[in-house]
Amino acid sequence: MKSLFSLILGLLLLSTSVFAQEDSPDALIKKVTEDVLTIVRQDKDIQSGNTKKAIELVEAKVLPNFNFVHMTALAMGKDWNKATPEQRKQLSDEFKTLLVRTYSNALTGYKDQTVRYKPTKMQAGDAEVVVKTEVVQSGSKPIQLDYSMEKLAEGWKVYDVIVAGVSLVTNYRDTFGQEVRANGVDGLIKMISNKNKQLEAGKK
Amino acid sequence: MKTLMAKRLLLAVFATVILGGLTGCATTANNPKDPYEGFNRAMFSVNEGIDVVVKPVAQGYDTVTPRLVKAGIGNFFGNIADVWTALNNFMQGKGVYGVSDVGRVIVNTTFGMAGLFDVASEMGFEKHSEDFGQTLGVWGVGDGAYLFWPVLGPRTTRDTFGVAVDMYADPIPRIDNVPVRNTLMGLRFIDTRAALLPADKVVEQAAFDKYNYIRDAYLQNRRSVIHDGNPPAEEQ
Repeated sequence: MKSLFSLILGLLLLSTSVFAQEDSPDALIKKVTEDVLTIVRQDKDIQSGNTKKAIELVEAKVLPNFNFVHMTALAMGKDWNKATPEQRKQLSDEFKTLLVRTYSNALTGYKDQTVRYKPTKMQAGDAEVVVKTEVVQSGSKPIQLDYSMEKLAEGWKVYDVIVAGVSLVTNYRDTFGQEVRANGVDGLIKMISNKNKQLEAGKK
Repeated sequence: MKTLMAKRLLLAVFATVILGGLTGCATTANNPKDPYEGFNRAMFSVNEGIDVVVKPVAQGYDTVTPRLVKAGIGNFFGNIADVWTALNNFMQGKGVYGVSDVGRVIVNTTFGMAGLFDVASEMGFEKHSEDFGQTLGVWGVGDGAYLFWPVLGPRTTRDTFGVAVDMYADPIPRIDNVPVRNTLMGLRFIDTRAALLPADKVVEQAAFDKYNYIRDAYLQNRRSVIHDGNPPAEEQ
């Protein structure tokens, strides 16, 4: 009896420790969000509009948790199938640069917001989940901020961010689709990279 | 009687703009979800022109006004809006939300000093934002064609009717004291514009075509708010 008991106990301990090693998706979002907010709260430069510093923060803390290949595929819809592996790499890189700048810009608008984490509905074996948070700001209605996440070998990664119901990724679908129809996939790559160069030239 | 003249004039301008827009601009039937794109883009340009004047005023207001005062102003108008939100929640069959919104108005008007302080949020009454367009949406009325209006901004056809009802229900234009009414309307307008300034920056940088970006974001957002944050999954 005792050996059976200790065997069961051992298995239980083993499973919980394995589970604890890997962050659950909502724990991951909470950790990264709090990390970023703590830094932004103390950084007067970012708060006064220093996009460059905000980008550095995003690249260090936020980027590693995103799956940009999936995000690009999502933004391109069926056109993703038209792209060669080389084109896909270029598209993902350029789109990543664009998205990083967009998020970083949003961070410079920080005033005194706090984030509320809503309970995540997920089953033990799920490979995809939506983590829901809310950005609370004094004097206005809270803004929904949701993360679509998928479980990869390297851990949970974000593949879409939905702000107030607006998917930051699918918002590009029409524009991307139009460009591919007009100038092909290479045209699309050029369009995004031109935009990035433009933003780079104008950034503070 | 000055207001009646002003209303007639506004209506005349409005009608001219619409007729001019619809006949003058070729309606490009390119985009199935934006059949009046020609008209809309023209109105978008008009709006951008108006914003050249409005935006600096909003930026000035934003910079000069102390944060607590801005919050107070936002809370004051938010409290008035909560009354209409409550009514819309009831009309949508969301009685629990409606009752909560009525609670917000009572608490904020009394303890919150005529709405200047949003005490209700701190007590756990969540702030909702409902308008008649959303009510129509919940009742099953479809979006209709996408439209862009000067000053108002983007609206679906349904939401254009919705906003007309919202404006009719708005208590502030009904205030008899003209200077007070005009001050409040002006202040609310600038406060609303100022609240959108952070979003401006994101759109400027993120958008390839500002008109497209705003349209797509607006349509997605409306779909989400009609379903209170849980829109049904769209077909990929």
